[in-house]
Amino acid sequence: MNFKLKIWRQAAADKPGAFKEYSVSDVIPEMSFLEMLDHLNEQLVKRGEEPVAFDSDCREGICGTCGLVIDGLAHGSRQGCTTCELRMRHFKDGAAITVEPFRARAFPVIKDLVVDRGAFDRIIQRGGYITTNAGSAPDANAIPVPKQVQEDAMDAAACIGCGACVAACPNASASLFVSAKIAHMALLPQGGPEREQRALGMIEQMDREGFGNCSNHGECEAVCPKEISITNIARMRREFYRAARQAPATRDGK
Amino acid sequence: MSHRDPVRDSQANRMIDIALDSRIPAGPLDQKWDRFKAEAKLVSPANKRKYTIIVVGTGLAGGSAAASLAELGYNVLSFCIQDTPRRAHSVAAQGGINAAKNYQNDGDSVWRLFVDTLKGGDFRSREANVYRLSQTSANIIDQCVSQGVPFAREYGGTLANRSFGGAQVSRTFYARGQTGQQLLLGCYSALMRQVDAGKVTMFPRREMLDLVVVDGKARGIVCRNLVNGKVESYAADAVLLATGGYSTVFFLSTNAVNCNATAVWRCHKRGALFANPCFTQIHPTCVPLLGESQSKLTLMSESLRNDGRVWVPKSKDDKRPPNQIPDGERDYFLERMYPAFGNLVPRDIASRAAKRMCDSGLGVGKTGYAVYLDFADAIKRLGKDTVRDRYGNLFQMYDEITGEDPYSTPMRIYPAPHYTMGGLWVDYGLMSSIPGLHVLGEANFSDHGANRLGASALMQGLADGYFVIPYTLGHYLATSEVLKDKVTTDHPAFKQSVEQVEAATKKLLATSGKATVRDFHWRLGRIMWDDVGMSRTEAGLKGAIEQIRALRAEFWENVNVVGGNDFNKELEFAGRVADFLELGELMARDALDRRESCGGHFREEFQYPDGEAMRDDDNFAYTAAWKYNGADGEETVVKEPLTFDNLKPAKRSYK
Repeated sequence: MNFKLKIWRQAAADKPGAFKEYSVSDVIPEMSFLEMLDHLNEQLVKRGEEPVAFDSDCREGICGTCGLVIDGLAHGSRQGCTTCELRMRHFKDGAAITVEPFRARAFPVIKDLVVDRGAFDRIIQRGGYITTNAGSAPDANAIPVPKQVQEDAMDAAACIGCGACVAACPNASASLFVSAKIAHMALLPQGGPEREQRALGMIEQMDREGFGNCSNHGECEAVCPKEISITNIARMRREFYRAARQAPATRDGK
Repeated sequence: MSHRDPVRDSQANRMIDIALDSRIPAGPLDQKWDRFKAEAKLVSPANKRKYTIIVVGTGLAGGSAAASLAELGYNVLSFCIQDTPRRAHSVAAQGGINAAKNYQNDGDSVWRLFVDTLKGGDFRSREANVYRLSQTSANIIDQCVSQGVPFAREYGGTLANRSFGGAQVSRTFYARGQTGQQLLLGCYSALMRQVDAGKVTMFPRREMLDLVVVDGKARGIVCRNLVNGKVESYAADAVLLATGGYSTVFFLSTNAVNCNATAVWRCHKRGALFANPCFTQIHPTCVPLLGESQSKLTLMSESLRNDGRVWVPKSKDDKRPPNQIPDGERDYFLERMYPAFGNLVPRDIASRAAKRMCDSGLGVGKTGYAVYLDFADAIKRLGKDTVRDRYGNLFQMYDEITGEDPYSTPMRIYPAPHYTMGGLWVDYGLMSSIPGLHVLGEANFSDHGANRLGASALMQGLADGYFVIPYTLGHYLATSEVLKDKVTTDHPAFKQSVEQVEAATKKLLATSGKATVRDFHWRLGRIMWDDVGMSRTEAGLKGAIEQIRALRAEFWENVNVVGGNDFNKELEFAGRVADFLELGELMARDALDRRESCGGHFREEFQYPDGEAMRDDDNFAYTAAWKYNGADGEETVVKEPLTFDNLKPAKRSYK
């Protein structure tokens, strides 16, 4: 298979970027999208050119490191699939493919297709945890959790933090990511004691990082490689409302 | 059985200049850990905040250690090569985590988990370490549930368990096929809480490139900022290494593409002994190799063997599609050879059996290097919905990769490098042979002997981080007097290390050969797979050593590292491959010296007529810890004898 690639190249965060065109040949259908880029990079290196920088790690769809916008869609057009899981057999031989980084104000480009998603860590720091020091936990079966509750919590907890939801949202909102964590912990009895401050703290930090608001487009759910449901966002709003009524001030008193 | 003389026996009778002290507490096995905790020196709460601890790696071991130490009040500097700690490769573990909870009332106990793990490791691990692991296993589950890890549950709300290879009880806790992810998110959240509390400072996108040793003690690290290329120094009172294993020495493995041995190897070069480098694990249930362009092999959880049946056609000439081969013409070889454990034999046994089948021409698929894993019977017995509940995401993953639907046609699987039991030598307190340098998780060698059982890696990583290092590090700090002579990065040792690291980077960037970094890694991987992989021979290993040396020389003459000293993946990989070209040779050396077969180490010369591993307890019941002797010197081996006072080593039989 052969492809014409239009790839975003940007030397550094403070340098202007532009699309550059490449032809890549001898691609086999079993290759993943990233292996196709590896293959292109090998050809570039052999010509003494600088390879295209992109992030990836596990290459089996679980670490959340990779993330490219392929022909306008975060992680490409396959449903429930990360970029690394996407196979070239889903593309037409000879096709022109446009490759861009995840774009959002809160995700500055580091180089080419690599972005900084540190904002996600800072949101988790503001309450995306259950306080339980090592050694202080009761027996694991002390608090029964109904199977359905656990399943629902697991559905939300499956988020891999890739940021595709932000890249797909016209508002660059992080609502799906934030709501998945809030829902995961709000559903479980263990998350109860910090439920209010978690919702308030994480949402406040999301706003501070420069993510936009949710206006129910649903693009996030459509591109999510783990098919996290948008109903989590409804739950997040309910959690926020509930928390704001009960505890009007966040921990910082702001 | 006692092997008290470390210089006795074997052709590898080299000079010993270090005595290894494993510092195992005295007393009965089941009291050793309690005794250690009771007698350990403590650091008072007011003094803990005076200490700075460096933790490299944020997987289950590093993340849990960093969080737990910060909870205790230490100042922690946490480093990872990923853009965020939540992506460390523990995230990819699928099947589950073992714990001796006996929630199933099926006869499990601390003792039984200890026995299974020691036997599973083919009696090449320390009794005391394995027993402690088994003891702490139950606390791990408590801790994780308390953090909000959504483990699978029964309808009544209690926790569910599944069975796993190498055990006859159901003691494995799981969160669908994403147990590693959920456990990692648990410890990541604990870590983030400590960042918010100001006790942990995170340094993502940093690669540790050197250990700084001052007056014989580990006092800091030098690392490269992967975003801007700057070399940075950090000083501390102790350094914890939790940087994972070295399976990517094979190039194709189930590990993430950024997994590497560089941090471990650089510590080895600074004096930390490297134990049992030849003990590597080849996992039986992986998607077979599809082509040369492949960047990694994908593992599918061993839990698939709970309900899947492994088979090949009885006849070499049977090229019919699998569904057209009648039951009577299939060889369910694991069930035939190991009736007691069937498809649930340990990984090394299952992998070797599959290889034997393929080597004898019975393999299936395009390449002939695959066997079937069939769910037809399970679907008949349980229904498609139950099978989907249990393995849905794995089936989907397989389908995405191969384009085949495992609900209607059997999966094809083949073994792939997956885990390394070998690693830096540590004592009972997880301290390496360099005082102050502690090594946790897969990066150390301590608990799995020559073969790790499924669902035990997560257990060990979290045991080390949550429940072992908080006690043993405190004891080290309280007895080592590091507070009295605080070291800063102005110390000449840091300056010297920075210069070395910068020179090494310059040397790589100055190359202008014809071959790419990937070319060398691929070629090294082929050598390792062919001769230092699932099956090893004296001639093959000797040949591998020659080939690796030649390849290493060629690397420095003919590699081409393009780009500059900024964000440069080629440069990162070049450094890692350079280290693998040294480590690979040591793995072959160790495999050559160990003239027996045990666990994942199979020497063709040492097998029973039925093809089973022939262990040699009289001569090889020891840990081989290798000492680096400079670029021009040969590594020398130091032996730590293994004694078995509680469980008599027996031939490992799963028949």
